[in-house]
Amino acid sequence: MALDRWIALLILGVCLVYGYTAFFTMDEGLAPFMRRNPIWPSTFPKVLSVLAIVASLVILLGFEKSDAGPAEGAIDYRRLGDYKIGQAIALLLFMVAYALLLRPAGFVISTVAFLTCSAVLLGERRFLYLVPISLLAAGIIWYLVQGVLGIFLRPLPFFLG
Amino acid sequence: MLEGILIGLSTAFSVTNLLMVIGGCLIGTFIGMLPGLGPMSIIAIMIPVAISIGDPSTALILLAGVYYGAIFGGSTSSILINAPGVASTVATSFDGYPLARQGKAGKALTVAAIASFCGGTIGAILLMIFAPALASVALLFHSAEYFALMVVGLSAIAAFAGTGQVAKAMLMTVLGLIMATVGEGALFNLPRFTMGILDLQSGFGFITLAMAMFALPEAMYLVLDPSRSNSGDASSEIKDLRITRDEARQIAPVIGRQSIQGFLIGVLPGAGATIASFLGYAVERNIAPKEEQDQFGKGSVKGLAAPESANNAACTGSFVPLLTLGIPGSGTTAILLGALIALNVSPGPRLMVDQPEIFWAVIISMYIGNVILLILNLPLIPYIAKVLAVPRNYLIPFILFFTMMGAYIGQNNATELLLLVGFGVCATILRFADYPLAPLLIGFILGSMLEDNFSRSMQLYDGIGFIWERPMAMGLLVLAALLVILPSYRARRARLRAAGVADGD
Repeated sequence: MALDRWIALLILGVCLVYGYTAFFTMDEGLAPFMRRNPIWPSTFPKVLSVLAIVASLVILLGFEKSDAGPAEGAIDYRRLGDYKIGQAIALLLFMVAYALLLRPAGFVISTVAFLTCSAVLLGERRFLYLVPISLLAAGIIWYLVQGVLGIFLRPLPFFLG
Repeated sequence: MLEGILIGLSTAFSVTNLLMVIGGCLIGTFIGMLPGLGPMSIIAIMIPVAISIGDPSTALILLAGVYYGAIFGGSTSSILINAPGVASTVATSFDGYPLARQGKAGKALTVAAIASFCGGTIGAILLMIFAPALASVALLFHSAEYFALMVVGLSAIAAFAGTGQVAKAMLMTVLGLIMATVGEGALFNLPRFTMGILDLQSGFGFITLAMAMFALPEAMYLVLDPSRSNSGDASSEIKDLRITRDEARQIAPVIGRQSIQGFLIGVLPGAGATIASFLGYAVERNIAPKEEQDQFGKGSVKGLAAPESANNAACTGSFVPLLTLGIPGSGTTAILLGALIALNVSPGPRLMVDQPEIFWAVIISMYIGNVILLILNLPLIPYIAKVLAVPRNYLIPFILFFTMMGAYIGQNNATELLLLVGFGVCATILRFADYPLAPLLIGFILGSMLEDNFSRSMQLYDGIGFIWERPMAMGLLVLAALLVILPSYRARRARLRAAGVADGD
């Protein structure tokens, strides 16, 4: 089974749960006076879940065959090993780490760490350029966000203020 | 109309707004030139900046400038290094890159700039004529018609998605609508589908979703496939920006035809700049004389001018449904709509009545943006093109960092970053399997409006009676159903016939 049909199966599962919630469990807490309303909070989700289930079934059962083969310039997921999948996953993990570190470690440290680590991962070795550039970028962005846009962004780790 | 133009002129020609157009165009050109960042990602990154400006006209002018700049930058990189940043500039590289290889990069850029300028300007004039007329019709619409119209728009997006893609596009649209139901709706003060998670109470952030759908998968593609970002220093080759009188005479009719055709395609929801540019290229090749036809693909100025003018006119055309009906037809206008809602402006037919300065200022700033691209950016291109020499090792971390910043400062919440990564991974996998992502975002942004209008008509007519009691709504809904069913029916019949099964089967 091709990837697009696996995805359709997965979406179908999600939509079934969504539809079950909309049809059976959502309205339990509805106040009696709201039940007299022609529209309930669950009405629209009910319609959507039916549509989504139909659409995913059409894909899943292959009623609509797409032209096989990846388009030119697209990535062929069947040969994912040929691409730099390790680097991509590592970068995603760095992003997660950045999200978790942003508050406790402060903006400057986490940003410099993220930019440096990602560049090193991609093969950059000239630290003499890399670290100052990261520092400069972090500084400029922090100034723009905090000073110009006026959005609070803690620059330093939590124990420094 | 004259009054409106004057209002627009007086708004757009303030010092701040002029600076915004210039700045927006420059930023857009810079970033749009980088491989992997298309107009949608750039606008999504710029939204927090635009929102913090506060004044909706200024913010929209900035975003429109960024949009034009990004398209211009995208064509520049497809001409210089054959790396189109977005699908709509792919057709530009057919003839633009061969011209650059022949050492005529400067000429190609000038032709592209002139074609974009004319396309954009003609598009803006047509927009000025069409939009008020459409808006006055749209003023007659009630919530039932609005609901039906949005359904038409959404199904048109699915219908124009291409063969074998209709169900996928429809599924993505519905998925976007489903995602929009998460959180507290406006009509019922009840949290829905939050699974008890407090961070989902206000729903998903649309900037986060926009970043996750477009910027992050694009960056992931750059990581996965290094050949996508192999950029060379192309800036040294750009010289001699002049074109001859003969070439100008050649491209003039092409530009005229393609601007109008591109605009009309751009107005259709879902069609947009990509289809307009490919169609424009194909049409011009077919109607060209035999000896010129052979030149197409080898560096014909006509083949370069056609997609460029069509593409820009279509971008302007896509503003028509956004400004008059409040229904975005493309991913980019969907993001702009999100920005407008965040700025407390609701685009639609009332926009021209209630806030004419926004409407007209945007149109006037389109002219200004086009002029600036021609007189400011074109001479600067040899210098701006240096940005193409940014090494990949720096480019990718910075793209990822800007993506995260965009999502973070919109909500000021680190959970958004985790959502961004999660959705980004999902979007990348969806892109592997050839699912279109723009319908998801359009569905997401239209979701709450669609539900509001649906609920309002249900309440007014005490049930779904509004469908047959309002003939226009009924007609629109039938049209929507036809739009979805016909292409898949025809594709199925063609497939059966190809397989040797009789028609009556």
